[in-house]
Amino acid sequence: MTSQVSSPAEQADTDTTVVGEQRKPAGAKSVRRLDRVIIRFAGDSGDGMQLTGDRFTSETASFGNDLSTLPNFPAEIRAPAGTLPGVSSFQLHFADHDILTPGDAPNVLVAMNPAALKANVGDLPRGAEIIVNTDEFTKRAMQKVGYETSPLEDGSLDGYSLHPVPLTTLTVEALKEFDLSRKEAERSKNMFALGLLSWMYHRPTEGTEQFLKQKFAKKPEIAAANIAAFRAGWNFGETTEDFAVSYEVAPAATAFPVGTYRNISGNLALAYGLIAASQQADLPLFLGSYPITPASDILHELSKHKNFGVRTFQAEDEIAGIGAALGAAFGGSLAVTTTSGPGVALKSETIGLAVSLELPLLVVDIQRGGPSTGLPTKTEQADLLQAMYGRNGEAPVPVVAPRTPADCFDAALEAARIALTYRTPVMLLSDGYLANGSEPWRIPELDELPDLRVQFAQGPNHTLDDGTEVFWPYKRDPQTLARPWAIPGTPGLEHRIGGIEKEDGTGNISYAPANHDRMVRLRQAKIDGIDVPEVEVDDPQQARTLVLGWGSTYGPITAAVRRLRTAGIPIAQAHLRHLNPFPGNLGEVLRSYDKVVIPEMNLGQLATLIRAKYLVDAVSYNQVNGMPFKAEQLAAVLKEAIDG
Amino acid sequence: MAETTRSSGEGTGTIEALSLVPKAEARQSMKDFKSDQEVRWCPGCGDYAILAAVQGFMPELGLAKENIVFVSGIGCSSRFPYYMNTYGMHSIHGRAPAIATGLATSRRDLSVWVVTGDGDALSIGGNHLIHALRRNVNLKILLFNNRIYGLTKGQYSPTSEVGKITKSTPMGSLDAPFNPVSLALGAEASFVARTIDSDRKHLTEVLRQAAAHPGTALIEIYQNCNIFNDGAFDALKDKQQAEEAVIRLEHGKPIRFGADGARGVVRDRATGDLKVVDVTPDNEADILVHDAHAASPTTAFALSRLADPDTLHHTPIGVLRDVERPVYDTQMADQLDTAVEQKGKGDLAALLAGGDTWTVVG
Repeated sequence: MTSQVSSPAEQADTDTTVVGEQRKPAGAKSVRRLDRVIIRFAGDSGDGMQLTGDRFTSETASFGNDLSTLPNFPAEIRAPAGTLPGVSSFQLHFADHDILTPGDAPNVLVAMNPAALKANVGDLPRGAEIIVNTDEFTKRAMQKVGYETSPLEDGSLDGYSLHPVPLTTLTVEALKEFDLSRKEAERSKNMFALGLLSWMYHRPTEGTEQFLKQKFAKKPEIAAANIAAFRAGWNFGETTEDFAVSYEVAPAATAFPVGTYRNISGNLALAYGLIAASQQADLPLFLGSYPITPASDILHELSKHKNFGVRTFQAEDEIAGIGAALGAAFGGSLAVTTTSGPGVALKSETIGLAVSLELPLLVVDIQRGGPSTGLPTKTEQADLLQAMYGRNGEAPVPVVAPRTPADCFDAALEAARIALTYRTPVMLLSDGYLANGSEPWRIPELDELPDLRVQFAQGPNHTLDDGTEVFWPYKRDPQTLARPWAIPGTPGLEHRIGGIEKEDGTGNISYAPANHDRMVRLRQAKIDGIDVPEVEVDDPQQARTLVLGWGSTYGPITAAVRRLRTAGIPIAQAHLRHLNPFPGNLGEVLRSYDKVVIPEMNLGQLATLIRAKYLVDAVSYNQVNGMPFKAEQLAAVLKEAIDG
Repeated sequence: MAETTRSSGEGTGTIEALSLVPKAEARQSMKDFKSDQEVRWCPGCGDYAILAAVQGFMPELGLAKENIVFVSGIGCSSRFPYYMNTYGMHSIHGRAPAIATGLATSRRDLSVWVVTGDGDALSIGGNHLIHALRRNVNLKILLFNNRIYGLTKGQYSPTSEVGKITKSTPMGSLDAPFNPVSLALGAEASFVARTIDSDRKHLTEVLRQAAAHPGTALIEIYQNCNIFNDGAFDALKDKQQAEEAVIRLEHGKPIRFGADGARGVVRDRATGDLKVVDVTPDNEADILVHDAHAASPTTAFALSRLADPDTLHHTPIGVLRDVERPVYDTQMADQLDTAVEQKGKGDLAALLAGGDTWTVVG
């Protein structure tokens, strides 16, 4: 692989730089080499922008760039056409070096209509390229979003590099040989746009053509039309004078460790992590779930893999989803329920039952904007305190959070390890940004995966004073404090468990005051004693300020930290995977810095926990606008904290 | 009660619904199913009779008791699993059908029983009950209906008669009650029966038929709460009154009741509904013959509506409906088998490496 680009070692997410220029031998157009590009596709929610973005991402992944994506769409399936709330967009950041975020500001905007232009132009830096579908810039469509005069003609876009393209007309023209109505032909305009962008950035095209053939396998005419539109878009770039330059972004060869890679979204990685956990534990996977955005994709994905012995149960409601999972856990399955914040609220009582029963159970919360229905398609980190405390009684639950889309795979395995080892429900806190965003993932070898095998109870575990051998369902492992997992079908271990307080050891119902006090403390001690790795601190320059994060803020925080260090400002960084219990060294780490800054996509939930537990006066920086942090914004905040 | 072809004391050899559940190695007795826990219902509670009937019936099934699981929710009846020397779970209010569904669909080698009450099953857990019934998971649901909230000390329940004076309804309850049998039939139940706590023979026969049924079986058991709703079912228990009140249903037999079968059920030709008539030589041929296996639930539903919710007169007991319908857990298992046939057994390495990949070499 080529690496003629500037050294990626110290790359900050700085502005795009042109690092070379050469002519393409075959054509008459110039080629510029870039180290990174941010493209945003925007259109109506029915325009197919998510598909267009997904395809461009796949092309980019197979080319070998590092990448990070940010789909952004309304909750409505087909919001009113041509309106600002109906705009759906997909942002993709790709580079010849390792990158951490989908990028702050797009270099290129593809706007399929006036609404898409209006909703997104504010995010563009001056000089950015804008490709607009001029066919949609009718007087009526422009008035609908408040354009009194055409922005394509009134000079308001003078600061940008504007490419007016009649995408609809060109698409219909390209498909005139096909037996399609005008309306049907127009639908392929997203593929025309994809072809054009694929030409501009030298993307491989075989994958998309393959994809279209498969997607429309039952409608070969539609497949052929989409491929024709895609090729027409490519050829349009190649021939028209408006596009004088195309760009190369070299593969990110040196940014990645050796291995085989694929592009993966957070929800797909999480689903694979669950299947891998089931295989590594040698337990059948059972998912009880009720559809909810942005978690449903995990249900969809797992439903495809019944040949792994995966049982997926679409329940009548959230409560039944976790109830069925808990029933399966009693029977010896690796049991999972997947949901988002509102679903966790409904499942709370059953999570408490699982705490009391001490059975392994994974509760996956793909967080979204709240409270109540909130913003179903937007991201947020505001369920941390719900995960920690959202139950009646003293009901401690371990909490694990992935940091990037690909990391959802490892986080799922880690959550399963804790659940199986300690016989406890575990909360896995992902979010909408991780769920739908994607990045390259080094495919692990199977022998790298942890051994999660468990031993079910097989016989008596206690001897009574009279010498009788008996089975005590609540006699604990002295090391882990976990109780035995005795599954129905095991002779001689018949026992009853329930939500009522039970006697230590025997598990029989007990209302004795001292026993309850003891059991509450035992359940807490079991969770507190979970073996979690120490938190690692990245501090190459002996900084005085530490930035602490958790979950999906890892990308923007790390990008901001790189910016500061590139500018010569020392800063230390730590990122938490385990929110409960915290790593054993966390207090020591926090106390060794003058200042601790905690950026979160909530109003300071981790900061609250940190202050309460460690009495450290952490600075909380918060954003709850449904979108991930931008690196530049965080860099400014961190600098202010350091200077202040 | 007539013997059915599936009832006998010879174990489960002939019961297809339990064919995957391992058999007991030795002959069992009622004692084998009693746990070491002290039973703590109020003295005189109808639950004792039901517990004894279930413990007495279990040996007849001849199943390995470690493969039997009782799952309950919350309420007086839901203590039941603690008294059965099988596996058991006393869960949370209303959720037992959901929990049992997960267990039964993932473990087809188990015989899974749900114990619930009128508040647990029809109020807080109504949603889970109807969905378990429509799915037809292999569960046997024992619904103890005492028409009152006992554990919370005497509020009206969703099966209480209108106007019930309780602690929470000093001027009388306002809401119309559910008829659990009608509700179950409306929820596509494949097996629905009703019986009475004090009639052990009848209760046992209904259990026998439920156990043999592949899929979800709902058994409503009228159960006396002698503390908060004593005598709620006296009309059905008092020998004299019962003659007019109780309609004993037997598959394949004309539906007659009362002294010497003097009363009978006929179809009203004008409306298609059912009505009770005095049997005469003229109408004897018109008396409806009970068909529990009828594909349509219409007649079973009409039968369930004969009872007067206040006096309980014309209350049908026995198996109202028993039809075969695809069983959810069987079909789920079939899908897993089919997936393996079509795609081969899951290969984790192949799964992870699927899709577009690229390789970075050193």
